[in-house]
Amino acid sequence: MFGIFSGLWRVLLHALHKRVTVQYPEKKSYLPPRWRGRIILSRDPDGGERCVACYLCAAACPVDCISLQSTEDEHGRRYPAFFRINFSRCIFCGLCEEACPTYAIQLTPDYEMGEFNRQEMVYEKEDLLIAGEGKYKGYNFYKAAGVSIANKDKGQAQNELPPVDMHDLLP
Amino acid sequence: MREVIIPLIIVFAVLAGVLTVSAGLIWLERRLLALWQDRYGPNRVGPFGLFQVVADMIKLFMKEDWVPPFADKFVFVLAPAIIMATTLMSFAIVVFAPGLTVVDLSVGLLFFLAMSSLGVYSVALAGWSSNNKYSLIGGLRAAAQMLSYEIFMGLSLMGVVLLAGSFNITAIVEAQKKMWFCIPQLPGLVIFFIAGIAETHRLPFDLPEAENELVAGYHSEYSGMKFAMFFVGEYLAVALISALVATFFLGGWLGPVLPPIIWFTIKTFAVICLFILLRATLPRPRYDQLMAFGWKLMLPLALLNIVVTGGILLSRG
Repeated sequence: MFGIFSGLWRVLLHALHKRVTVQYPEKKSYLPPRWRGRIILSRDPDGGERCVACYLCAAACPVDCISLQSTEDEHGRRYPAFFRINFSRCIFCGLCEEACPTYAIQLTPDYEMGEFNRQEMVYEKEDLLIAGEGKYKGYNFYKAAGVSIANKDKGQAQNELPPVDMHDLLP
Repeated sequence: MREVIIPLIIVFAVLAGVLTVSAGLIWLERRLLALWQDRYGPNRVGPFGLFQVVADMIKLFMKEDWVPPFADKFVFVLAPAIIMATTLMSFAIVVFAPGLTVVDLSVGLLFFLAMSSLGVYSVALAGWSSNNKYSLIGGLRAAAQMLSYEIFMGLSLMGVVLLAGSFNITAIVEAQKKMWFCIPQLPGLVIFFIAGIAETHRLPFDLPEAENELVAGYHSEYSGMKFAMFFVGEYLAVALISALVATFFLGGWLGPVLPPIIWFTIKTFAVICLFILLRATLPRPRYDQLMAFGWKLMLPLALLNIVVTGGILLSRG
């Protein structure tokens, strides 16, 4: 009996408590920088696409929402001919970002992606590519990796020694 | 001509007012529950979310009004009409202010008891005609619950009748000029209020609906406007019981300064808020606990209340 009345009183007192609801469209709750939201493709410091179309993200994706096709430009650089993410399938797990060897694919703290048309949930490369470097600054895969492309042969990358001459007997 | 027009105006004003208020109660309940649960509730449609009810009504009108092929069609359609009809009929005897009533019956209180007893048919028939086991269990529970709580609901009001010496609602309110009946008839008030919660199947006693166990109880199979009639019927019943608690125990329209109708509204809304507060607080008892509480505690208390009230009245002469 007493429990009922003390319960009623406690519930009544909740009228004075602060409401926990965040009034969403007017107020937005804080999202940590590592929030896994909309996926973007970043560019290297020189403005080139970071993506080398290695397919690792598509292989890592547990829901198979990434599809792409690799191709090469005249310098021998690999890049995706098309890069497509179906966000109506994406579960924002971030495994593609972990798999990416070139920091190209990144997840951003943006979640407002509602669409009226389901087809518009499929993002093409133009929609995914951003102008900047995203979370990882100053990294350029083709400058750091020992892959030879036009204007840069083996041994010319950052922190890379010239290749060993196999026919030379000198140590 | 005036003898015809004025009652007609009152009838339609009461009908419109009562239906609007009970639809508004849906909004009030959601906002109050939200307030007590540290949320906001519907606050987007219109000022303070008031038009949420309008939006919901439009939605319910647009919905397919489906009658399951396995249901008993005639009874299935009839059941929601009964609860609306009986509850609205009960409002006929409510006296909102002196002279502001649809009909001033000499046995107004008995009329209300009769109508609320008829209301059980709605729920029982709905559960039965749906031809669905959960609906049937809900209907059975409703019937058993209403039967057991109906008895001491009537008995709890007999103390009021003894004190007022009349079944007429106006006479009962007039008899409270010196002292509201909530003081000499406090047990009666508590018992009537508990019976009223059971009668409207509101939350501590909402076993007929019991959404955690019975889907939605007796109205599981209902959709569209038929469901809306059950839904609004429940809020109509809440408004009715609150209005009657205010009438029988809180002095009806009596009060200083403000006009009578305002006093009546204030008291009714206070009781409605108590209904909602109870919903926000109390968990649902088990079915056998509910029945035991009704028969073993409330019924003897109601009888004792009558005996004591009658004894005191007799000894005073």
